[in-house]
Amino acid sequence: MNAKLTLGPVLFNWKPDRWRDFYYRIADEADVDTVYVGEAVCSKRAPFYAPHMVDVIERLQGAGKEVIVSTLALIMNGREMNELRDTAGDADLMVEANDVSACALLAGRPHAIGPYVNIYNEGTLKYFTERGATRVCLPVELNRTALAALAADTTAELEVQVFGRLPLAISARCYHARAHMLHKDNCQFVCEQDPDGLEVDTLDHEPFLAVNGVQTMSYSYQNLSAELAELQNLGIHHFRLSPHTVDMVAVAEVYRHILDRALTSDEADEKLTALMGDVAFSNGYFHGAKGVDFV
Amino acid sequence: MSKVLELVCPAGTPASLHAAVENGADAVYLGFRDETNARNFPGLNFSRNELEQGLDFAHAQDCQVFLAVNTFPETGNPGPWRKAVDDAAALGVDCVILADIGLLDYAATHHPALRRHLSVQASASNPDSINFYVDAFDVKRVVLPRVLSVPEIKTLNAHINVETEVFVFGGLCVMAEGRCQLSSYATGQSPNINGVCSPASHVRYEDEGDRMVSKLGDFTINAFAPNEAAGYPTLCKGRFVADGKASYLFEEPTSLNAASMLPELSAAGVTALKIEGRQRGRAYVAQVVAAFRRAADAVAAGETPPALGLEAITEGQAKTSGAYDKTWR
Repeated sequence: MNAKLTLGPVLFNWKPDRWRDFYYRIADEADVDTVYVGEAVCSKRAPFYAPHMVDVIERLQGAGKEVIVSTLALIMNGREMNELRDTAGDADLMVEANDVSACALLAGRPHAIGPYVNIYNEGTLKYFTERGATRVCLPVELNRTALAALAADTTAELEVQVFGRLPLAISARCYHARAHMLHKDNCQFVCEQDPDGLEVDTLDHEPFLAVNGVQTMSYSYQNLSAELAELQNLGIHHFRLSPHTVDMVAVAEVYRHILDRALTSDEADEKLTALMGDVAFSNGYFHGAKGVDFV
Repeated sequence: MSKVLELVCPAGTPASLHAAVENGADAVYLGFRDETNARNFPGLNFSRNELEQGLDFAHAQDCQVFLAVNTFPETGNPGPWRKAVDDAAALGVDCVILADIGLLDYAATHHPALRRHLSVQASASNPDSINFYVDAFDVKRVVLPRVLSVPEIKTLNAHINVETEVFVFGGLCVMAEGRCQLSSYATGQSPNINGVCSPASHVRYEDEGDRMVSKLGDFTINAFAPNEAAGYPTLCKGRFVADGKASYLFEEPTSLNAASMLPELSAAGVTALKIEGRQRGRAYVAQVVAAFRRAADAVAAGETPPALGLEAITEGQAKTSGAYDKTWR
C-alpha cells in the first residue's frame, strides 16, 4: 500500500483569515493526500472560522485532497451535542469522531476515528471497524509493539501522528484563561495570542508542556521521520502532520521526501531544525520510552 | 423523605474494606493486584482469596462489592483483563466497573448476568455517549467524569435512562479521566495502560539546602521552603511557569469536597456518591465514610448536611468543589 501523508485539524485558535489562508495554501501547494478540518479542542472557537468552512473544503477537494471533518474531543453541553449531531447527520461528509458519542452517531456508515478515542487493543478496534470505522488515528502513547499488533489484526487504515506537538490531555477547565486570571466563560479568547500554544516551563525554567485552551500538549514536537520506514513495515500507512505556524508546506515536503527515499532521516531532522529553529523533538512513545524522549 | 444516596467507598486493602463496611458504606469498590485497575500501586489491592473473604464480610452486612477493571487492555494480551471479569463473575461480585469498549463487549457477551458499571475512565460526558454504552453493553450505571457542573448533571440525567454516580470526596483529576497522557509523557508509565499516574517509582525529592525540590521523572514539579511540607508531585498539581509567572497552572494541591452540595446532587437525579481514596489507610477511610454516612442520611431526611470535620485530613488542607461549581473552569 502506498504511504499517505495527512494534515490533522488545526488545533490552535488562529484568526479566521489566517485559518482560511492556511488551508488555501495547503490546497494549492502542499503534497498531502488528506486534510482534516474542523474544531477538535474548543467549541467557542468554531463560530469564528465557520463562515470559511465551505470555501475551504471546496478548495481542498478541488485540489484533489481527501477532506475529513474533525469533531470535538470533549462534549459537555447541549449546544455542543447538537452541533455534533448536525455534523454527523450530513451524509455528504466524511467525519472523524473524537468522542465515543460521535462514534455512536456515525455507526453504520464509513467514518474515521481520531486520536482522542481510546483504542488501545484489538477488541476495541474490531468493535469500531465492524460498525463502519475505516480510518483510525491511534492514541499517541501506543508503542511499536501495540501498533504492530493492531495493524496485523484490522481491515481499517491506521494513522499515526508523526509531526507536531502531542495532544496529551483535555479538560473542562481552560488553562489559557486560568493563566490570564480569567474563567472559561469569560475567556476573552486569550488563546489566540499563542498560535502554537502557551509554553509551560518547570520552576527550573525547563520547557515542559504547552497549553492550548482546554488542551494540554507536549512542549516537544513529535518527530517520527526516522521511524517512517518501520511504521510502514508494521502496516501503518497514514502519517499525520499536526499543523503549526512553521511552514507546513515545507514540513510536508520533508516527510514526502523521506517516504520517497529522497532524504535520510538525519537530513530530514536537519531540514526540520532549519525550518523551526530551536525546538525539542520527541519520539519516545513509539520506542516504549517516556513520551518526551528523543531516542 | 427523599431517596437515600448510595455511598460507594474505597477499599485499597482488606483492612480498608472492613473500615468502610463498618462505617456505613453501601458498596465498596476495589481492584485485583495488577495492571487491570487504575490504582495499581505497590501494597494495594486484592488477591482472589482476599476478595472472596471480603465478599463474605461485606455481604454479611448488606454491603455490595464492586470490582474495578478499568484500565485499557494491552494489545496482544487481553488475558489478565478477561480473567479479572471471569473471576468477578465466578466469585459473585455485585458489579464490574469497566472502561474499555472491547472489554465491555467481552463482559456483556460472556457474562450477561454480571452487572456492569461504566468507569469514570471512559469519560462519558454527554447523553449520546452514555446512551451508546447503555444500548450496546447494557451498563446499569455511569460514573460521571469530573468535568460537569451540577446543572449540567441535572440536564444530563434528564436525557439518559441509567443510574449516575459522582465523585464527592478525595483526590481530584483536573483533566478528563482516561484521556490524559501527562504522566506517561514524563515517566513512560500510563494511567490508561499501567494503572498508575505520577508513579512513586519515578518520584524524587532533592534537598538543595535552601529549598526541597520534588521531581517526577526528570521534571521539577514543585519546590518548597526548608520548613515547608513537601507535597507529593502529582503532575497536574505542580507549580509551573507560564507567561513569566509561576503558579499552580492546572490545579492547586487540593482535594475535592462536595459535601455541601449533596442536596443539589440528589435533586439533580444522582443515584450514588463515590469517595476516592483506595491508596488511603483504614483510619482515613473510616473517618470519611462515617462522615458521609451522616451527611447522606441527613439529606435523605430533608436536613442540611452537617459539618463533616474532615478539614484536617484533606490534602494541602484545602478543598474545592471542582467542576460542580462552574466558576472552577
